[in-house]
Amino acid sequence: MTSQKVMLEVQNLTKLFGSNPKRALPLLEQGATKEDILQQTGLTVGVHDASFTVYEGEIFVIMGLSGSGKSTLVRMLNRLIEPNAGSVSMHGNNITKMNHDELVQFRLHNMSMVFQSFALMPHLSVLENAAFGLELAGISKPERHKRATQALEQVGLAGWENSRPDQLSGGMQQRVGLARGLAVDPEIMLMDEAFSALDPLIRTEMQDELLKLQEKYRRTIIFISHDLNEALRIGDRIGIMEGGRLIQVGTPEDVLQNPVNDYVRAFFKGVDPTSVLSAKDIASSNYPTIIITKGGNLRTSHEILSSSERDYAFVLDPQHQLQGVVSADSIQDMLEEKNPDNTLRDAFLPHILSVHEDDTMQDILPLVAHCTYPVPVIDSENRFKGVVSKARFLNTLHRNGEASTHAKAQGM
Amino acid sequence: MFEEQVIPLDVWISTCINWLVDNHRSIFLKLKWPVEQTLTGIEHGLNALHPLIVIIAVVLLAWRLAGWRTSLFSSCSLILIGLLGLWENTMITLAMVLSSVIFCVIAGVPLGIYAGRSDRFEQFIRPMLDAMQTTPSFVYLVPIVMLFSIGNAAGVLATIIFSLPPIIRLTSLGIRQVPQELVEAAEAFGATNFQVLVKVQIPLAMPTILAGLNQTIMMALSMVVVAALIGAGGLGSPVIIGLNSLDIGLAAIGGIGIVLMAVMLDRITQAAAQKKN
Ligand SMILES: Nc1ncnc2c1ncn2[C@@H]1O[C@H](COP(=O)(O)OP(=O)(O)OP(=O)(O)O)[C@@H](O)[C@H]1O
Ligand SMILES: [Mg+2]
Repeated sequence: MTSQKVMLEVQNLTKLFGSNPKRALPLLEQGATKEDILQQTGLTVGVHDASFTVYEGEIFVIMGLSGSGKSTLVRMLNRLIEPNAGSVSMHGNNITKMNHDELVQFRLHNMSMVFQSFALMPHLSVLENAAFGLELAGISKPERHKRATQALEQVGLAGWENSRPDQLSGGMQQRVGLARGLAVDPEIMLMDEAFSALDPLIRTEMQDELLKLQEKYRRTIIFISHDLNEALRIGDRIGIMEGGRLIQVGTPEDVLQNPVNDYVRAFFKGVDPTSVLSAKDIASSNYPTIIITKGGNLRTSHEILSSSERDYAFVLDPQHQLQGVVSADSIQDMLEEKNPDNTLRDAFLPHILSVHEDDTMQDILPLVAHCTYPVPVIDSENRFKGVVSKARFLNTLHRNGEASTHAKAQGM
Repeated sequence: MFEEQVIPLDVWISTCINWLVDNHRSIFLKLKWPVEQTLTGIEHGLNALHPLIVIIAVVLLAWRLAGWRTSLFSSCSLILIGLLGLWENTMITLAMVLSSVIFCVIAGVPLGIYAGRSDRFEQFIRPMLDAMQTTPSFVYLVPIVMLFSIGNAAGVLATIIFSLPPIIRLTSLGIRQVPQELVEAAEAFGATNFQVLVKVQIPLAMPTILAGLNQTIMMALSMVVVAALIGAGGLGSPVIIGLNSLDIGLAAIGGIGIVLMAVMLDRITQAAAQKKN
């Protein structure tokens, strides 16, 4: 994430279902599990002590098995479920302290929601459904229809305005749900398993649609999912819930490489790390780099290479932009020519290929396999970020394979 | 054992009603006033209209709501009713049914909505509705006569008591049947309680509410004979007169009139309910 402005701050959020829930709070503080609490008090732990931060413009995915408290957690953010303890604040406004009127205003303008079951109004047309939030806010008919039409266009439903929801396929119905959420132009959109009811093909299509929208508008989205692949595809960061507790939060790569416990590790069992890890995650920096201003000196480069005991060195300019790659042999050849005009540039290997730092391991595999030299990794400004060698690549595969088969192995 | 009455409940009830009649009859007569006004208003209106106009209006209504079959049936029925000499009585009955249904809707829909949204009120009102529906109507005819005297308006009051429960029950049911997720979705988008009610719950409960209206109308129609016992006019009176004088023919045509009206009203209101679906 480049912009790290805090959008939502969630602190110690707790919810217990049952009568007089406060009596179980001390037990929870002593570390009692969901099962203990149920046995001793008859109360169900929905969520216990969840704290996390959501940054502006990111998709924050909350994952966990069924019953782990995902829906409860997300419904406490807009107080469809009242928390027993803890606080939620957005841009410093404490949502948990709002009175009823403030809460209504907040829901009208700041936070919208997309539901697993779509929850469209069967008595309203597609257009009226998309305009529903605006209608509640008292926005005039022409204005709200204009904005709803735009929202429907964004999700690819132009031309369906006058249909009824039940005339649409599941995927299209959820597009209406998405349009309804987008039309109010919220600061945060909550999506509770929004795509779980769709068949796999349509689900992927909707994920792409969401990512496409996200590229254009950069909204803050909190997305619930129990599907790891979905989480990895769309999540900028992932939070993992187990038995009402939020046990780990981090980037997909981070969680994949450093799972905090077996539960998290079990989640990632069977995940193909090459689809998650990108070039920058596995790039190593222990190849020599040579910074040159103009031509570069052959002899000093030779020294650097031979003292590093590597066969290749990467030549950068002072801004760390990649200029070329040299090998011990290519420098040797140039030195042997004994031409005083030869510079390091003349020793550059021809046709050097590089990979972008965000390319996944899957993307770079053919290149790494085929190149004789370790492949340099660069960012969008051609700045050098490290190197991926065949050995490095295989090592990563091996380590992840081990991590998910042997529960004891520590991630790194 | 049990050879003698131990609890003189009958005496207590009589005393209680007599006390009400002696001391508070004016209150009850005031209660009767709006019913009487509505009834006479509708009755005069219907009587002022030429039968042809009434027939055309009903036929058009039936055609719009229920299609040409019901429309055809309605026109034949009304013409037959006229030819049987039952027109005036039919209009009185129609006026009584309409005015009792109006009051049932005014009272029943709000009560049903409240019962649909509050479990406590539902629990409180349910035994009362059961009692209203199961108590034989003859039982409350006596106190009604004592408190409201006899005539069409008293008949309408008895009809209201009898036909109020279904609209309350079905309104409540309709509200309860609205999927919770839709209510939740509306709330998530910032709907107030009132907006949830008028934009989600009532529109979605409408078919069920209309089914309740249909039942209420049918119950009201089934009370016309009973109402005739306390001096109400309409299609019930030929039946009662026929019964008293053992005139089977007179009783039969009264019965035929009631059945024709029942089928007509049933078809039309059911079609209206289905249209909403
Ligand atoms: N209204 C409620 N009353 C009582 N218990 C509840 C209620 N809602 C949720 N729970 C309980 O709280 C726990 C968390 O439920 P929640 O719905 O948040 O799970 P979830 O992670 O969303 O699961 P799923 O993937 O099945 O949607 C569960 O044990 C559930 O039984
Ligand atoms: Mg859920």
